[in-house]
Amino acid sequence: MTNSINDLLARHTLIFTIVVVIFSLFITFFSEPYGNGLISTSFVKTLGKTVCLCIIALAMDVVWGYCGILSLGHFAFFGLGGYMIGMWLMYERTAIIVQEAATNELLPLTETELSNAIGNQIFGVVGGYDIPSIWMFADSLGLQLILVITVPGILAFIFGWLAFRSRVTGVYLSILTQALTLALSLYLFQNDSGLRGNNGLSGLQNIPGIEYLGQEVISIGFFWASCVFLISIFLLFHSLMKSKFGLIITSIRDNETRVRFLGYNVEIYKLFIFVLTAIISSIAGALYYPQAGIINPAELAPIASIYLAVWVAIGGRGKLYGAIIGAAFVSLFSSWFTGGQAPNIPLGIFTIEWVNWWTVLLGFGFVIITIFSENGIIGFLRNIFVKEK
Amino acid sequence: MKIKFYIILLYAFFINLPAVAHHDEFNIFLIENSENIIKSSAKTVDPILRDIQSFDDEIVSRFLELWKSKSLFYIKDTKQVIIVNENNESFDALEIDGLTRIGNYSKKEIKKIKPNSGVRAKIDSLLVKYQISNSDINLRRKSLDSLKRNIQPEHLAVLQDAYINESDAELKTAIDRLLKFAIIKYSDSNDKKLEIIESFKGDTAIEIRASLNQLLNSSEVKVGLSLPDNKNIARIIVPGFTIKNSNGTSGTTNFFNEDVEISINDAYDRLYADNLVFKKRITPEELKKILEQNIIGNTVGGYSISSLDNEQSRIAAYNKLVVNNLAPPFISENQINEEVNKFIFYSVYNDTSSEVTNAALNTLASINFRVQIYKYIDLFIDGLSLASIYFLGAIGLAITFGVMRVINMAHGEFIMMGAYTGYVVQQFISNHTLSLLVALPLAFIITFIAGVIMERLVIRHLYRKPLDTLLATFGISIALQQIAKNIFGTQARPLTSPSWLDGSLSLSDDLSISYIRIAIFILSLIFLGLLLFVMNRTRLGLETRAVTQNPVMASNMGINPERINMLTFGFGSGIAGIAGIAIGLFSKVTSELGSEYIVQSFMTVVVGGVGNIWGTLAGASLIGFLQKFIEWFNPSNTLAAQTYMIIFIILFIQFRPKGIVALKGRAADD
Repeated sequence: MTNSINDLLARHTLIFTIVVVIFSLFITFFSEPYGNGLISTSFVKTLGKTVCLCIIALAMDVVWGYCGILSLGHFAFFGLGGYMIGMWLMYERTAIIVQEAATNELLPLTETELSNAIGNQIFGVVGGYDIPSIWMFADSLGLQLILVITVPGILAFIFGWLAFRSRVTGVYLSILTQALTLALSLYLFQNDSGLRGNNGLSGLQNIPGIEYLGQEVISIGFFWASCVFLISIFLLFHSLMKSKFGLIITSIRDNETRVRFLGYNVEIYKLFIFVLTAIISSIAGALYYPQAGIINPAELAPIASIYLAVWVAIGGRGKLYGAIIGAAFVSLFSSWFTGGQAPNIPLGIFTIEWVNWWTVLLGFGFVIITIFSENGIIGFLRNIFVKEK
Repeated sequence: MKIKFYIILLYAFFINLPAVAHHDEFNIFLIENSENIIKSSAKTVDPILRDIQSFDDEIVSRFLELWKSKSLFYIKDTKQVIIVNENNESFDALEIDGLTRIGNYSKKEIKKIKPNSGVRAKIDSLLVKYQISNSDINLRRKSLDSLKRNIQPEHLAVLQDAYINESDAELKTAIDRLLKFAIIKYSDSNDKKLEIIESFKGDTAIEIRASLNQLLNSSEVKVGLSLPDNKNIARIIVPGFTIKNSNGTSGTTNFFNEDVEISINDAYDRLYADNLVFKKRITPEELKKILEQNIIGNTVGGYSISSLDNEQSRIAAYNKLVVNNLAPPFISENQINEEVNKFIFYSVYNDTSSEVTNAALNTLASINFRVQIYKYIDLFIDGLSLASIYFLGAIGLAITFGVMRVINMAHGEFIMMGAYTGYVVQQFISNHTLSLLVALPLAFIITFIAGVIMERLVIRHLYRKPLDTLLATFGISIALQQIAKNIFGTQARPLTSPSWLDGSLSLSDDLSISYIRIAIFILSLIFLGLLLFVMNRTRLGLETRAVTQNPVMASNMGINPERINMLTFGFGSGIAGIAGIAIGLFSKVTSELGSEYIVQSFMTVVVGGVGNIWGTLAGASLIGFLQKFIEWFNPSNTLAAQTYMIIFIILFIQFRPKGIVALKGRAADD
């Protein structure tokens, strides 16, 4: 019995990997630089971004579906990752522009002049040219990449440690994580936050150093990077959840008190999962925003994190592929409907314009799924196709 | 035509005045000075304005009024000053008294006298003297108002006379106060000034503070080798360190990092400008420019260009140029500091008497102390009204979340529904008071029904799964929000408060409470009372508590838990609807109204302690007061205040997970 389940799961990962690789190759061979250009660069970017959303959905699924912590703050970590990589992208690109402009000058720039010029370019919009101290590593890609991991990691660690230690659970924890997200986005909205207030960071699609490759090639590169990361995270989570560790995690979800009585240090397990998923979310964000090109505090608003939970719930929590299906379908459908591409439905006196009514459909549809199918679409399909023994 | 009308108006004004005795003499005066009146300038007008005062008050004030308002004309040939009466194409010329007709002239023969603004100001200032003693109280009041804006030394005597003659008590105090300001500003007598400054103690009126601050105006930065003995020193300035306080003294930079009054570099430039030092400071920009001018091939002063990418090498190259007499010598930072330290920078009060400025400082300090107290009171009231708003937003939740443990993310949308109900009712009933009276129960009914429907269709199925409830109600929340957006559009809709709620209760210049805040405070008190009554004194409250504590036992006692859950949820939602109207009265009604309050509302309930209405009150008070208190430290940044507030709450929950008012005993079991 156990063996057959393991076989099934092992087959799942293999199937998943093959599907993603074939999908990536398919996209590549129809892309503009490497194929016949049937798939436009902007659509490649959309797909690449969707893959990143699938990664964070995986993280959400592990923390919520497997560990039972309904975090409404993981999108904040995603945004933080975007900000961390965005700082390097923006700083380095501005530095290159400033230095190019400086070649016309008679004397080479001093460090102060350089930093003032860069500061003026970046922070002129919020009235200033001093480069805030949080940008001190922005000239180094390596250090900034380390920040992508450490900043959300440390934030998640502090928050998680405080929350789990005082045994804040369930709905309370959800509300606290939501408050954390709100605090973070409100902080970033200020002009003197050092991250350009509500202007956010922009021009992130121009990758310094490899700009000559052009967006067509860069977008494919990011798409592949996202897919590779998706596969590795899927494999990581899959093996993690299959292990004894994963068993303890799911037991914590099902009955935290009993696991504690069995002698496990529940807090450490929860904290580990919380921090790990926060870091993975952040890396996903760092892959997402160079493809999106712009990040601003509105991206971190609490609503984004709730939507994340919605994707996972619709797809089917507690199953890794459920999260991926939910994130991919709902986010693609959302942009299709709200982008005005979906055909409107005329009802005689009233026409349903999907731009306006999609959110209503999503909201109520979500309610129905929550009530009738606890495990989302996946659970629904399983109920139909897999006979329970 | 316009002129004619104006003349008639003037007639009506002066026609019943007694016959003018000095009329002829005045005419002679006009003829003698006609040249200067016609082509007046601020420089030449003074003697006329001085001499004219010897004539009869009525004539003079009338003449000045006409002159100022550009209603005087003159005949080009004779230079006689006249007023005119437009008569078809021609003009009837009249003498200044408006009675004696001189003759009929064509438009070309006469010309308007147009005094320039400088002259008009001088006329105006003299006119005050006549107006303030006028028998018409409105004119007196008007002239006093214009005096307040622009008071001159010569008005001192005028005001003193006016004060003695004034019969109206209110006007008399106003004149007295203005007189005091005039004395402080212009009087030569220090004793008088001191007496008045003393009398201002404790009076927080803004104009008094302005007048005292004006007295404490100080000079620009002065510099010398030592402090002068005979000057009224306001402050000693340390370049690059001290800041200027509003009362003329100097202070140190503080937490909020105000700018220093003068930087060290500026201080040095100042010394150079005053010829106290003889070497000019070379700014980095100038240094760069001179280096650029002296580029020979690939080098400057023997240094290769590519090496000049830092300050030190630039200065070194520059010093090479100095040695070769190609540039003025460079002053290093140390030298600048040294030179600046040799001198003392200071500022003196414009008022030379230290006794007066000290008294003013004293009085200002005592006033500021009182103002500070008012500010604390104001802060308290701010906190109280914010707490009331949070309480209103959270009170419905206190029932659905606090008592029933049902987390309803759509609670904010019920608030929004209430606010829109108020807006829609106002579209049908234009009387705002009446529409409010209709809207309040209507909002309750509508949101009550909405709550009941939601409980029946959704929440009922999810009572044992709080996280699912959270998500399902969130789905309802986004759907309701979008529906509201589709119906009412994205722009904000006004919910106008009745006129008796406009305005504010003013306690002093610094302290006023708007009636709407008072109303919201009272409303939240009523809600608190209502809720306590319902939960503790009615059958519904009893059954609700029974069901939440032990549904099975309650059901054994003949209570229908389903019915009670439905009613309680409807009741909590209904209260959210009423809160929506209250919130809509002071903020614009948009589809996002609810979501702005939802996180704070949950915070309020959680911080206060779930399951206890008193806890909600405590939570709202804590959050409201604390947020205002944090804002008070940095008033320009409410976003930061909210951020710190939320971080505080997160920390607070860590240390008191059950909130301020924690339930004890069996009720505390989850």
